[in-house]
Amino acid sequence: MIDVQSVAHLARLALTADEESAFAAQLNSVVQRFSEVEAVDTHGVVPLITPTDMTLVFREDKKQAFQSAEEAMKNAPERSGNLFRVPPVV
Amino acid sequence: MSENILELDLASIVERVKRRELTAEIVATKFKGQIEKHNAHVNAFITVNDNAVERAREMDRKISNGENAGRLAGAPVAIKDMLCTKGLRTTAGSKMLHNFVPTYSATVVERLEAEGAIVMGKANQDEFAMGSSTETSYFGACRNPWNFSYVPGGSSGGSAAAVAARMSVAAIGTDTGGSIRQPANFCHLVGVKPTYGRVSRYGIVAFASSLDQAGPMTRTVRDAALVLEVISGRDERDTTSATKAVPAWGQNLSSNLRGMKVGMPKEYFDRGISDDVRAVVMRSADILKSQGAELVELSLPLTKFAVPIYYLVATCEASSNLARYDGVRYGYRADFSTQAAADLEEFYSRNRGEGFGSEVKRRIVLGTYALSSGYYDAYYKKACQVRRLLRQDFIEAFKKCDVILSPASPTTAFKIGERIDNPLEMYLNDIYTTSANLAGIPGMSVPGGFSREKLPIGVQLLAAHFEEQKMLNAAFAIEENLKLTAEVPHELH
Repeated sequence: MIDVQSVAHLARLALTADEESAFAAQLNSVVQRFSEVEAVDTHGVVPLITPTDMTLVFREDKKQAFQSAEEAMKNAPERSGNLFRVPPVV
Repeated sequence: MSENILELDLASIVERVKRRELTAEIVATKFKGQIEKHNAHVNAFITVNDNAVERAREMDRKISNGENAGRLAGAPVAIKDMLCTKGLRTTAGSKMLHNFVPTYSATVVERLEAEGAIVMGKANQDEFAMGSSTETSYFGACRNPWNFSYVPGGSSGGSAAAVAARMSVAAIGTDTGGSIRQPANFCHLVGVKPTYGRVSRYGIVAFASSLDQAGPMTRTVRDAALVLEVISGRDERDTTSATKAVPAWGQNLSSNLRGMKVGMPKEYFDRGISDDVRAVVMRSADILKSQGAELVELSLPLTKFAVPIYYLVATCEASSNLARYDGVRYGYRADFSTQAAADLEEFYSRNRGEGFGSEVKRRIVLGTYALSSGYYDAYYKKACQVRRLLRQDFIEAFKKCDVILSPASPTTAFKIGERIDNPLEMYLNDIYTTSANLAGIPGMSVPGGFSREKLPIGVQLLAAHFEEQKMLNAAFAIEENLKLTAEVPHELH
């Protein structure tokens, strides 16, 4: 059984009581479905983490203008000058 | 004017605007009127662009000054709310981003606007593109213009509904496991998921980075090809974008399929597909044959594992991608004025717990679990190994055929509310579409007919990496033979 509460803690995610109980059953059946996959022989198969053959492309390491500090701050929930402000958390 | 502008396809609008037979302003005003008339009920748009008509006027000025107006001059488009639009709210269908206004545009949006397209608004979608019905949107469910009691599909359901309801002539969707092809199928549209890497992901809200691709949703194959040409190509800002040249897909369209081999994998026909869907796919197979193609039998034995692998890979990547939403620099912040957070962890947890909806939370928990210490090898690594085998199967299959023909979904659109309480059943909707994302190959959905209840049924075409032209040609042949592009959703009459 998946311990939903401790996984949610790892993800820093508050769940409602309803979500917690519903997820436990639903996620267990998803994981159960995945157990079918165990039957596939993957001995020596290199995991595929991205689907096309690509080589790492380097670009020149030069600075370029992006956006101003003012623009970067535009969507801040709370700010103090050019600093992001958070409530006291200790 | 006797001609109905709303029924023109994109290619005709652009041609007439460029020839000055029609102004971009008149076109934008017409489509805006349709949004005003229907959007309150259809809910295709989360945010309408109030500057659309003004943009169109600028386009007209450019044209009368003899300037190059671009390949999409005056074409009204809807942009899924996963793509950042500078100065225009971008929510990803989530409370988390309900007030987020990007300071830059996605490369796809920049390219569309540079070629003269007019952004009509931001299309509704499942929250963070997680869903197959556009019912998980924080901004409410979207309706299918072919029957308002039914879902438009998802996650790009708003994009599909906007084009089907003539609120835009084209739309951009994103497809992580079928989210362009399935709603196109449910709404009688052409929807293309390009080869992974064809289209830049820069400025698109990340869901599962190794699966996500943006693509066009239109009423005709030619329109889809034209939009795809504009948005494709290398972008320095996305290292996974391909350096391959972008072909002139639209110009090269041909319904002469002589020499083409069409594979029909038996695993795509063996269970759960409705009689109506089967009949439509078989009719499309007959059309391809009549155009000179040869049908070949095929087997893709790993197909049955595609959905479980997909849900593992997608949720793992999502749990990592969505970790950025912590309520500090942007996005939703919970109210801590009455109840302070005991520590930093609680601060994050409450912001995230209140900002995300249940489907998103379910997937974050699954992905976090599968990536957690002690489980990584059994789940994520195993899924990625089978993923390589599945991709290899497709590479082998495309040595025997040029395109694969299959259903796009097992059934037609379902009723709003019918499946939302059963996430596992909802996931099975993606049974024919997820493989293409896992393998990175291009796929598309093209209208193939209607069910007895007059709900649209599309068929899916798949091709080898970077072979979009082949599937577009097969789709074009189906379209030319069926002549169904002029069908108008009855709810709009």
